[in-house]
Amino acid sequence: MEILMSIVIGILFTCAVYLMLSKSLLRIIIGTGLLSHGAHLLLLTMSGLKTGAAPVLTEGITNYTDPLPQALVLTAIVISFGVTAFFLVLAYRAYQELGTDNMEKMRGTESHD
Amino acid sequence: MINLPLLPILIPLLTAVILMFFPKRIAAQRLISIVATIGTIIASAVLVATVKQNGIQTLNLGSWPAPYGIPLVSDMLSALLVLTTSIIVLFVVWYSIFYMGKEHESFFYYIGIQFLMVGINGAFTTGDIFNMFVFFEVFLIASYLLIVLGGKKAQLRESIKYVLINVISSALFVSAVAYLYAVVGTLNMADVSQRIAEINQPGIVTVIAILFLLVFGLKGAIFPLYFWLPSSYHAPPIPVLALFGALLTKVGVYAIMRTYTLFFYHETGYTHVILGVLALLTIIVGCIGAIAYRDVKMIIIYNIMIAVGVILYGVAVMTPDGLEGAVFYLLNDMVIKAALFMLIGIMMAIVGSSHLKDMGGLIKQYPWVGWTYFVAALSLAGIPPLSGFVGKLLIIRGGFTAGDFVGPLLILVSSLVVLYSAMKIFINGFWGTPKEYHGAKKHLAFRLWIPAAALMVLAVAYGVGAEAVRPFITQAVEPLVNPAIYIEAVLKE
Repeated sequence: MEILMSIVIGILFTCAVYLMLSKSLLRIIIGTGLLSHGAHLLLLTMSGLKTGAAPVLTEGITNYTDPLPQALVLTAIVISFGVTAFFLVLAYRAYQELGTDNMEKMRGTESHD
Repeated sequence: MINLPLLPILIPLLTAVILMFFPKRIAAQRLISIVATIGTIIASAVLVATVKQNGIQTLNLGSWPAPYGIPLVSDMLSALLVLTTSIIVLFVVWYSIFYMGKEHESFFYYIGIQFLMVGINGAFTTGDIFNMFVFFEVFLIASYLLIVLGGKKAQLRESIKYVLINVISSALFVSAVAYLYAVVGTLNMADVSQRIAEINQPGIVTVIAILFLLVFGLKGAIFPLYFWLPSSYHAPPIPVLALFGALLTKVGVYAIMRTYTLFFYHETGYTHVILGVLALLTIIVGCIGAIAYRDVKMIIIYNIMIAVGVILYGVAVMTPDGLEGAVFYLLNDMVIKAALFMLIGIMMAIVGSSHLKDMGGLIKQYPWVGWTYFVAALSLAGIPPLSGFVGKLLIIRGGFTAGDFVGPLLILVSSLVVLYSAMKIFINGFWGTPKEYHGAKKHLAFRLWIPAAALMVLAVAYGVGAEAVRPFITQAVEPLVNPAIYIEAVLKE
């Protein structure tokens, strides 16, 4: 199972890198979304995907899954959610002000000599 | 007082929350930020004194015993860094009161600074690797606000790149933590160190070490990962730049210092050689940039990279001398970079441009700015009585002790380049024939100079009083040289 997950995560990372190397800003943001998906799945996978009950204390169950990575993923998800929201608004403002979403045209030239 | 390590995080956090209730009342914002920052300085000074007297302070949040809960660990290194951070924030806030306009101050500017301080102090104090990631995000998100606040075209353009780079490095940080957790099964830094020692650093741990170097190198702008720094730091206004230049890259440097002395010290043949080579390449690239530009901001920005390289070279040689010099130089560089950015900010406020071709003869009208800058430039290069000297001396001695000759000589040459680049600003900006200045903030020059000069006085005192500071630095280096001290302090039960 871990092998399969690793391959899927690898594909997610590949797509993320491909998208982030493109010119359009929106594609780049979609790439960061895929990248954080990959990182979160990696966090879950690397703790081992043993079968067990959900980590909620219940009578008569002794075998639970690891609760720690789930807490880590929850934290990482809200952080990347906040950053993505900020990034999207930033992209919107930049589109309004600069009139382009092409990263090739967002080069700083003035006062760089 | 058991909660002492928490105070430098808690005070700015509460201040930021309180300040959010009345963002438009600028006078109250200024007053409360100043008072709270002074409070943070006092708390961190008490913390330094306590660590000096009683050794490493640990606080297990929620009273969960050490490997299970999140510990806050204040050893001398982190306590000193927290103190330096708080002092710099105070002077930058003081400077901002005169420099920043209403359109910044009434849009959460001081709140952003307080959150920045929460994140940085937290990252210096935490004893848990995932908690360090969270504190990194706290100060990064605050820095996104500060870099884009004002919404000029250049700021929007550069902050997109800054945010993107940091999103990528954060995702890599999460992946690195995932790999580390899979190998050792714990997140507590002392416990991680112990378990890596138990399994004797197999190859996979070396891979993780390089991944951490990649992550923290992106934050700290080391050689192949520095490309975002010059243009991103060129965009924001000067007080924000002073905060970033003095603090943000240094958190990355601290994180490399911590992980490479606490986690990955078993097989230094591979990881530390790579770190050393990258540090030297960082110095070279920084030197090239510092020589190439005639824009005062860019010159000082490339000087940040030179300093990062020098400090990391001190870490990479892993001798007590090298590490002591690295800590000495790290503290000096934080203060001196903040002071330098504040001083060139005054020049820009007078001239209304950041390019040397628009400057000249400033010393006629503004001798106090000129001579303060002169002392700052000498101090940056490391001229003996001033503060940059002792750190570089120790780093170079550490390099020679480790049997390396290329590194120390390169650092000596880089000092010349630093001096040349800083003097280029002095000679072209302050000497020569006076020109017409069109700066909109010309009348503020004296008021802006006071905080900058006060910070310079502090830097000079740090250099002249090196003998008095030395015992603190020596104590800060102990857990770096011998991780057992750190581990024992955290996992004492």
